[in-house]
Amino acid sequence: MKKALIPILVIALIGLFVYTKAVGVYNTFVQTEETINGQWAEVETQYQRRADLIPNLVNTVKGYADFEQQTLTNVIEARSKATAITLQADDLTPENLAKFQQAQDQLSGSLSRLLVAVERYPDLKANQNFLELQAQLEGTENRIAVARRNFNQSVQGYNSNLRTFPNNIFAGWYGFERKGYFEATAGAENAPTVEF
Amino acid sequence: MIKNTIFTLIILFSLTLTGWTQGDFPEKPNPPKLVNDFSNTLSDLEIRKLESKLLAYNDSTSSQVSIVLINSVGPYDISDYAFQLGDRWGIGRKEKDNGILILAAMKDRKVFIATGYGMEGAIPDALAKRIVDQLIVPNFRMESYYTGLDKATDMIFKLASGEYQADKVTSSGNSGGALLMFLFFIFIFVILPMIKNRKDNDNHMGGKGGGVDLFTTIMLANMLKGSSRGKFGDFSSGRGGFGGGSFGGGSFGGFGGGSFGGGGAGGSW
Repeated sequence: MKKALIPILVIALIGLFVYTKAVGVYNTFVQTEETINGQWAEVETQYQRRADLIPNLVNTVKGYADFEQQTLTNVIEARSKATAITLQADDLTPENLAKFQQAQDQLSGSLSRLLVAVERYPDLKANQNFLELQAQLEGTENRIAVARRNFNQSVQGYNSNLRTFPNNIFAGWYGFERKGYFEATAGAENAPTVEF
Repeated sequence: MIKNTIFTLIILFSLTLTGWTQGDFPEKPNPPKLVNDFSNTLSDLEIRKLESKLLAYNDSTSSQVSIVLINSVGPYDISDYAFQLGDRWGIGRKEKDNGILILAAMKDRKVFIATGYGMEGAIPDALAKRIVDQLIVPNFRMESYYTGLDKATDMIFKLASGEYQADKVTSSGNSGGALLMFLFFIFIFVILPMIKNRKDNDNHMGGKGGGVDLFTTIMLANMLKGSSRGKFGDFSSGRGGFGGGSFGGGSFGGFGGGSFGGGGAGGSW
């Protein structure tokens, strides 16, 4: 009778330990996931804000009759493609995020080509309305960058937490999965140093 | 053997990587200062003038406008560098995010005004852009850096005026306490004597008493009103959350932990 008690106690203790650990891990994952969801919402908001600015920009530029139509069409097409892809916060797999990023980056590319083309139209560059839109667009790009960085930082913490032992076992039970990052845009590496 | 070298290489590489990101930003100034010239562009007098101006603005409105001059932002976009630096230093109050950072990279000839979350309404990007294009860039081109910064901060003050006020601790707890005190005094000095008087009146011939009590009530009430304004006002003027030091009027108490979400605009000269 006494001999049987010890294993039972040990098993009960281990069970208790595993249980509390599992609950703790679960709660941490839920919390970090919520943070990521919030930051993802910020990312989407800023991208949406950019998409909302584009029709105004296009209309302003259109007024200059000889402006190259192809550039404008490209922007409009890229915009409709980018807005077609929406990504729910609970669906942030690496593949989905890569698709999302690709569509948005394409829009970024065609937008910057539009802004380069504008350089050839001095009176458009002097248009106050256009200048304000340009400033707003730049501000939105900056906000996108900040939102993306915040999102990436949280995802990084979440992913590394997810893959370390023993969290990976618990995460497997609960079905938590790795989330995707935004990749750095090309050309951001190997540059000179910062000088204070 | 080869495996080992690869391993150490990877370790070294990752070490340098982390070293980079930490070393790219100057430490928070200690003692805290609003004007930080790492590039030795401004003279001491100019720095002091700007500092006292920004400090006065900080004391009266709680909005923190900070100027940082460095040589180069290296691989960063100046906007990105400005946001990260603002976040690291925590310019602006934490709960208001009312910080503004004017960052200039002298060798890059680039400047950026970063607005904290809470300042984006007062100074939208388009206006920040105008401040840069019309006040900072023309002056910086003529190497009159002080004038450019002076005018830019003046304009920022003008735009942001009225957006925030220095903290006044008129929290519900305090005014609740004042009310309680007030009621307590009324009870002690007015109601108790009234009860007493009534008893007295019962014992004596009665008649007067009521008029005097009404008069006392009004007088006491007025006194209390006056005194509460003075006393509690004094208590509340301590600029909350400011880490002290601001009473001397001389030095800056420190950044408050505000954060930046990507507002602002920049340019180059």
